[in-house]
Amino acid sequence: MASTDVALDQGTDSRQDRGPVVNNFSIQVATVNGSGSQSANSVLVRTIFQMGVPVSSKNLFPSNIAGLPTWFTIRVSKDGYVARKRDSDVLIAMNAETAAADVLALKPGSVVLFDEPLKLNALREDLIFYSAPFDKLVGPVSSDAKLKKLLRNMVYVGAAAHLLALDYAEVEEAIRKQFRGKVRATEVNLAASRAGYEYAAANHSVSRFQVQRMSENANKIIIDGNEAGALGALFAGVTVVPWYPITPSSSLVESLTDYLKEYRVDSNGKATFAVVQAEDELAAIGMVLGASWAGARAMTATSGPGISLMGEFTGLGYYAEIPAVIWDVQRVGPSTGLPTRTAQGDLLSTAFLSHGDTKHPMLLPASVLECFEFGGAAFDIAERLQTPVFVLSDLDIGMNHWVSDPFPYPDAPLDRGKVLSKEDLDRLGGFARYKDVDGDGIGYRTLPGTEHPDAAWFARGSGHNEKAQYSERPEDYVNNLDRLNRKWETARGIVPAPIAERSTPGAKVGIIAYGSSHWAVVESADELQQEQGIAVDYLRVRAYPFSAAVNEFIAAHERVYVIDQNRDAQMLQLIKMDIAAENVVRLRSICHYSGLPLEAHFVTDSVVSQEQK
Amino acid sequence: MATELNDQDEVRPTNRIGLSVMDYRGARTTLCAGCGHNAISERIVEAFYEMGIQPEHVAKLSGIGCSSKSPAYFMSRAHSFNAVHGRMPAIATGAAVANHKMLYLGVSGDGDTASIGMGQFAHLMRRNLSMIYIIEDNGVYGLTKGQFSATADFGSKLKTGVVNELPAVDTCALAIELGATFVARGFSGDKKQLQALLKAAIAHNGTVLLDVISPCVTFNDHEGSTKSYKFIRDHEEPLHDINFVPAFEEIDVEYEAGSGVGITLHDGSKMRLTKLEEDFNPTDRIRALTRLAEARENNEVLTGLFYLNPGQPSFTDMLNLVDQPIGTLPAEIVRPSKSVFEGIMKDFQ
Repeated sequence: MASTDVALDQGTDSRQDRGPVVNNFSIQVATVNGSGSQSANSVLVRTIFQMGVPVSSKNLFPSNIAGLPTWFTIRVSKDGYVARKRDSDVLIAMNAETAAADVLALKPGSVVLFDEPLKLNALREDLIFYSAPFDKLVGPVSSDAKLKKLLRNMVYVGAAAHLLALDYAEVEEAIRKQFRGKVRATEVNLAASRAGYEYAAANHSVSRFQVQRMSENANKIIIDGNEAGALGALFAGVTVVPWYPITPSSSLVESLTDYLKEYRVDSNGKATFAVVQAEDELAAIGMVLGASWAGARAMTATSGPGISLMGEFTGLGYYAEIPAVIWDVQRVGPSTGLPTRTAQGDLLSTAFLSHGDTKHPMLLPASVLECFEFGGAAFDIAERLQTPVFVLSDLDIGMNHWVSDPFPYPDAPLDRGKVLSKEDLDRLGGFARYKDVDGDGIGYRTLPGTEHPDAAWFARGSGHNEKAQYSERPEDYVNNLDRLNRKWETARGIVPAPIAERSTPGAKVGIIAYGSSHWAVVESADELQQEQGIAVDYLRVRAYPFSAAVNEFIAAHERVYVIDQNRDAQMLQLIKMDIAAENVVRLRSICHYSGLPLEAHFVTDSVVSQEQK
Repeated sequence: MATELNDQDEVRPTNRIGLSVMDYRGARTTLCAGCGHNAISERIVEAFYEMGIQPEHVAKLSGIGCSSKSPAYFMSRAHSFNAVHGRMPAIATGAAVANHKMLYLGVSGDGDTASIGMGQFAHLMRRNLSMIYIIEDNGVYGLTKGQFSATADFGSKLKTGVVNELPAVDTCALAIELGATFVARGFSGDKKQLQALLKAAIAHNGTVLLDVISPCVTFNDHEGSTKSYKFIRDHEEPLHDINFVPAFEEIDVEYEAGSGVGITLHDGSKMRLTKLEEDFNPTDRIRALTRLAEARENNEVLTGLFYLNPGQPSFTDMLNLVDQPIGTLPAEIVRPSKSVFEGIMKDFQ
């Protein structure tokens, strides 16, 4: 965790006596969806980032274009914790409809910045209220009614900057960066923010929640997981991208499209890529398979409903042995469900997607860095294994902005797998598409268009022999399935290995987690050790199929808590199928499925209560 | 093997690229004797042989059904992809985008197209992807033993006596409506017309929808069926005689003034549509749709070339791709440089 060079508060005690709290609090901005608060919130986050203080944010938004309530939470943590925090310390109450409930939910001693006419200070006496007349302040900045509505948000940025002791020069810098290249927008936003800042400075003292400069963010970047995944694909040479829009994955393909248009057009203005908006996800995955069959690095991105629709084609991809990269940015539930809420609910349905005997490698990124790395590695793995590979991110990683070390340029050569050229065929005098020549379960393929009379093979479903000819012979079918299992064993050594994130000598309790749960688990492990005296080891699983390390970790601990963001303990179920039978009894489950990102107290409380049993 | 036969038989004729017709053959058919689909496979072999298309430059695609089995029965030297039911268009689209230099030949059926595959069919037509899409159309599901498909005519009767009470989907009218640029209907029993249509299809750039009435001898060839050999022979109304002259044959055929319509295809090949309905001009989209509606009213099985627009850019033309197939571009082209990467990272700081 990050070290610190500033004077710090003493934790919860100081809250009760209302002393200052420095670099360890969280802010909740309550606004109306579609009111344009996104830019304002980004400026707040960026300002704290520029001040070198660890910061994270979560946008908790409804499935709606405009009108419904939305909350943006910002966590400032000198220790570098970035998981969602259960309670907010500072409320910026901009939504008249939810303001009263938002205020009533706060802990005593919290701070509220509110729009003066809402008179929220009448609601409670154990909070610290600061008001500002937002409409009045925005009046002189613009006469355009529509623009005023947007600029009110920048007024709260200025007012909050004073209350939180932000360095105002950094606020202005962040506004300039936010509206880069847009002179007029920069000007009015600077003016709106200044109006808020000056009003607050003239009428209020600095609040007890304060930001003081640190130096934790040198060279770091702020990016969301979807854009990171897009960059991973871009620098892996992605070439064909068929897709169907769906929240929360759309921004992945949209940012990828922007990058491709910029960096994959040759000097004659001709494209070396194709993005195709398909009619549905059934077509999107079909186009990926068609393009990969013809030799392209092809991918699509979707969410749970799209994964369901891709089922049949994925099974064909598994048996015809065609590479494919499919991103699943997971969200809650079928149909309307909760499309803007996060979950890890697609693990089991994706692992065995389709019918018959099928199973698929899944990569499980926990960070924006891994979205980038796995976004590239997925192509190497899919082409090496000649099979569909899924990257399971979620809305929390995909759509929230995260601070990260800059990504490394991937200079390893692209692994295009076992592809035979015309020259290879001349030398070999032909080939059998599904013959296990190397003992790793992976055959050799040719690409359509290879100029050789023996190059062609027939891509079809599970009923085929080694030469890809239609066959219903039982021996051929069994041979094929057994070879595919050998390939699965090969996959164990190719997919990203699990990481021992925390090792404490003598720890009897283990935690296994994956994906976005990681950040809450890191914080919880500290809490368990420091507040409960429970030493835990933590293994982070990064892919399916599992390596032997997962079974070994479980065998080495008396009790292992598997953390899932779904109701039915899907990771635990997958692990159960894979490990030695005698280790299954060591597994315990912690499941979080409210649609909100996981937070540390939930994990800590769950471990503590089960440990007491 | 074709080469062995060539060794034994020096006089076996070859086409303009030096291949014999044997080089265009496939595995032995497993469809019923007399199935219209087998005749279509034969016409495909002849057309590709006579047009001198390198089999390695052809990709055969299909969905599921009797029709979709048939790519195994012609051109073994061409790559092939047997997709899932009704979803061959997606495979074709992905492949054609990755490698726009190949010639894509899809074989589907009436169930595969007009029921389960209706969505993908419609969007394929809209995109005008450069491919030949053949529907081997018999009005019934064969592999599942004779249920009606969505192209079965209103009032047509199954062997069991069940009468179809739903209107038929006219895939040709639909294709014209949706944007296909070469739309024709043939009959598996009309060898000359089908061969001319196939050759013209090969010469076209854009989506070719070729609906071929192809009677099912097992489930739909009885009295009361509107897709039996007898019914089609009795009711077929060819719009015109089609004369096709490929671009590589430098023959200038003299036609009498006013004798039908002459059309130049994308690759320079020429078509002459003569006799019968001399006023019918297949470049007139509205007229084509009207004529199909009239045929439906009059219970005619109208065949021929209904619509042709040789000038419309194909889907891959619209993507403005580099000349080389994008699927096999080298890493130097597909992976942007380190300096580009560092610039992007800086933007996120």
